[in-house]
Amino acid sequence: MSAVARSEFAVRGETRLWIAQRASAALLALCVMVHLATLIYAVQGGLSAAEILARTRGNFGWLAFYSLFVLAVTVHVPIGLRAPLGEWLGWRGRSRDVVLVGFAMLLAAFGMRAVFGVFA
Amino acid sequence: MPALSVRVWRGTTQGAFQTFEVPRHASQTVLDVVTHIQRALDPTLAYRFACRVGMCGSCAMTVNGVARWTCRTHVDKVAQDGALEIAPLANLPVIRDLVADMREFFDKWARAKGRFRGAQTRHEDFARLPPHSAQRMQIDAAIECIGCGVCYSSCDVVAWNPEYLGPAALNRAWTLTRDERDSAHLVRLRAVAGDAGCHACHTHMSCSERCPKNIAPTASIAGLKRAVAKAALRGEL
Repeated sequence: MSAVARSEFAVRGETRLWIAQRASAALLALCVMVHLATLIYAVQGGLSAAEILARTRGNFGWLAFYSLFVLAVTVHVPIGLRAPLGEWLGWRGRSRDVVLVGFAMLLAAFGMRAVFGVFA
Repeated sequence: MPALSVRVWRGTTQGAFQTFEVPRHASQTVLDVVTHIQRALDPTLAYRFACRVGMCGSCAMTVNGVARWTCRTHVDKVAQDGALEIAPLANLPVIRDLVADMREFFDKWARAKGRFRGAQTRHEDFARLPPHSAQRMQIDAAIECIGCGVCYSSCDVVAWNPEYLGPAALNRAWTLTRDERDSAHLVRLRAVAGDAGCHACHTHMSCSERCPKNIAPTASIAGLKRAVAKAALRGEL
């Protein structure tokens, strides 16, 4: 790739990451509110763990909601870590992005494990 | 009035503060203090100024840790217990004493495509920009920059990312992005996107807090982010 093509690729890539960061933030704002409201509701009603599981198991609505939540976290957190890694540790370039993609996959795996833990 | 105790940076990147006693006067500015030192106490002191009335942007220095235009900064407002500490602008190389090297600062204006590029010739009619159009008002809010470098010197992102174009260059690019007579919009949006451009801004707002002309470069940079995102979503970038 020529230097010009590489810089154009970088500009488009950075812009897409910024859009993804903003979109996932908007999604997270919604998800966190729904999650907290549900949490407060469940605690106030005095629901036991077993009662909560009875509501979430096999419920495709909650499965879809928390899968979306995990997706938003998976997109948002690694992009957010890019800047401090670059600015505070001077870690830029391909190695940073490869490690962050790995971190994103880890977040997705742990997140979906938790989601299936209350669905299945 | 008791004399002022003024610590002044001497040297380049390597150096030390030298203390001078300067007589106090009513309505004295920090530039008056520096000028007194150079004219009456030590003629070897290097500093930069031109207009003395807040137009030229050449006298900015770090006063008690904060970047300021010294010609319009009264000693009354900034002296702490009758003491001043005056240093060159941060985030720039030091040529000598209080003189910062502004080359990188202005080179970044060029890198941000901060130059107007018209498509018309003098044979065509004037472009008519209604003063109350949204675009013209956005330009008005950002156009009065005097290039003093106070924002650049106050910006954390410039300190962390030396490639970052900085608030002043991006603010200039934003005014041209809003100018419908300009013909280089896409080239400019490409120049100001990415890790060295508008996307690096964390919205700390030190530039907007410190700008002596009360410009809000943070708002201009946010405008650039939106303009770049729109161009990207339209597939133009």
